[in-house]
Amino acid sequence: MRFLPLIWSNLRRKRVRTIFTLLSILVAFLLFGYLGAVSNAFDLGVKIAGVDRLVMTHKVSIILPLPLSYQDRIEQVPGVTDVANATWFGGVYQDPKNFFAQMAVDPERYLRLYPEFLLPEAQKKAWLADRTGAICGRYLADRFHWKIGDRIPLTAPWQKKDGSNSWEFTLDGIYDGATPSTDVTQFLFHWKYLDEARTRRNGMVGWYIIRIGHPDQAPQIAARLDDLFANSDSETKTSTEKAFMQGFAKQVGNIGAIITAILTVVFFIILLVAGNTMMQSVRERVTELAVLKTVGFPNGLILTLVLCESVVLAVVGGALGLGLAWLLISRGDPTGGALPIFYLPGESAVLGVVFIFLLGAATGSLPAIQAMRLRVVESLRRG
Amino acid sequence: MTPATASQSQDATPAAQSQGALVRVRDVHKVYTRGSERIDVLQGVNLEVPRGDFLALMGPSGSGKTTLLNLLAGLDRPSGGQVEIGGDRIDSMSEGQLARWRSQHVGFVFQLYNLLPTLTAERNVELPLLLTPLSGSDRKRHVAAALAVVGLADRGKHYPRQLSGGQEQRVAIARAIVADPTLLLCDEPTGDLDRKSEEEILDLLQALNRDHGKTIVMVTHNAHAAACARRTVYLNKGQLQPEAIQ
Repeated sequence: MRFLPLIWSNLRRKRVRTIFTLLSILVAFLLFGYLGAVSNAFDLGVKIAGVDRLVMTHKVSIILPLPLSYQDRIEQVPGVTDVANATWFGGVYQDPKNFFAQMAVDPERYLRLYPEFLLPEAQKKAWLADRTGAICGRYLADRFHWKIGDRIPLTAPWQKKDGSNSWEFTLDGIYDGATPSTDVTQFLFHWKYLDEARTRRNGMVGWYIIRIGHPDQAPQIAARLDDLFANSDSETKTSTEKAFMQGFAKQVGNIGAIITAILTVVFFIILLVAGNTMMQSVRERVTELAVLKTVGFPNGLILTLVLCESVVLAVVGGALGLGLAWLLISRGDPTGGALPIFYLPGESAVLGVVFIFLLGAATGSLPAIQAMRLRVVESLRRG
Repeated sequence: MTPATASQSQDATPAAQSQGALVRVRDVHKVYTRGSERIDVLQGVNLEVPRGDFLALMGPSGSGKTTLLNLLAGLDRPSGGQVEIGGDRIDSMSEGQLARWRSQHVGFVFQLYNLLPTLTAERNVELPLLLTPLSGSDRKRHVAAALAVVGLADRGKHYPRQLSGGQEQRVAIARAIVADPTLLLCDEPTGDLDRKSEEEILDLLQALNRDHGKTIVMVTHNAHAAACARRTVYLNKGQLQPEAIQ
């Protein structure tokens, strides 16, 4: 602490230069935080996928349905502990821009398969008893200012038996996520309501979600399940939920790799900028460093002081950058719905802090070693 | 007996002599090589400076004055010979030992003051104390005392750019004495000052020697400055000359 004024005074020596260096570090960490949240949002499906859940779809395409009758047969396969089904609805709420996932499900089974959806017991009971009832995630409720009891109309490609495409639901519950990464953007309603009212694909579901007792047996159980329906009208393809989600994510592109490439370039440039600033800073005060050595400052202390300067610079710039990123991220999804779960993951924040110190150490080490090796007599003569 | 010690026995005060030599330089050589050229800066210098002495070291440019001063400060190492200060053989100390020794035993005053421009006078004076276990309040007390000794008690908050050359040098002297070193080494301390400031600095150095018992070795070109010392030795072509100036 006693050396802090000395470190601080050196950073204030060329204020404009220090401010620009700080700004460049700030921008780098702002990008790091923000792009980290974007990457996380794209990877979310993969991250939240349960290790003990398999997804069974039609072998040809996920858009082709599977018979509901498969459910009982799936349940009998050794290793399977629970099964639920889901069917994509694809409705529009008010405007096509208001996209969100809507699925017809068997409520009890679905909630059993996804215990991370936290729904109050009273709301659950109300939903189970209400054939046209629905529940939605907290994000969705906040987004459209929905409250329990609201009537929610959706226009869907499913034609009803009365000839209309207008489907109306009562919001019976709002679920929260057990963790920040839980998907709280889904809209769920009774499959029976859909099946009874629609004019086609009756008795069919979109896909199955299957819980298994031993995740390490997933490949064998998946193969067993697919064998079960081989040579039928609806052959299946079963994979782990993670692999299923990865397949979706890959359709957008390898966002993680793109973001990593961008951040690598940004950090490399910042390394050069901040490193150059520190080198210049040391070159400018060779005489002062020699004076400190004359006074009795040992080499190790000189090394530490210069290193501390660059670390302080990185910490201030990096903390401001990460803080600003957090502020922007906390304002929510910048795309208006495409990235519903948008937050700075804890591991990214920790990685950011590690990068801050690494940047400080990397930019300060060379000038610090130079400062440490300064020969007093020569430095004073040069000064 | 070397010329310097001869001069010392003639000029040093009896009180100083009774306390024994603080500085002992024995057959010191310093050689620099520039490319293939060998430069013998110091050639067998012998010198003794008693405690409480105020010695002026004169000589033409390139005579080796500053080199000798740097050796006494432990900023450079002799190519041969011994340098003993207060009983410590500093020529055989490691870098780390030398740094610690300097912080405890030597105050150095430069011609160009060499204050840190980003620190106030107080902070500049405090620098040597940062290496001691003193608390913040104790350091403040010592700094205030040192600034009072040099007559700048009211300038502690000023930055070097807000001070005159003479005031800057007085701050530099305060920095040199704040840790209460046994030896004060001054490298042309008045070389960059006007006449009035020069007088002030010389008066101050005399007071430090006379009233505070500081042993001072001062390199100077200036005969007037040298006259303020108790005695003077003359260095020419790396060797101490037999005749004392004063």
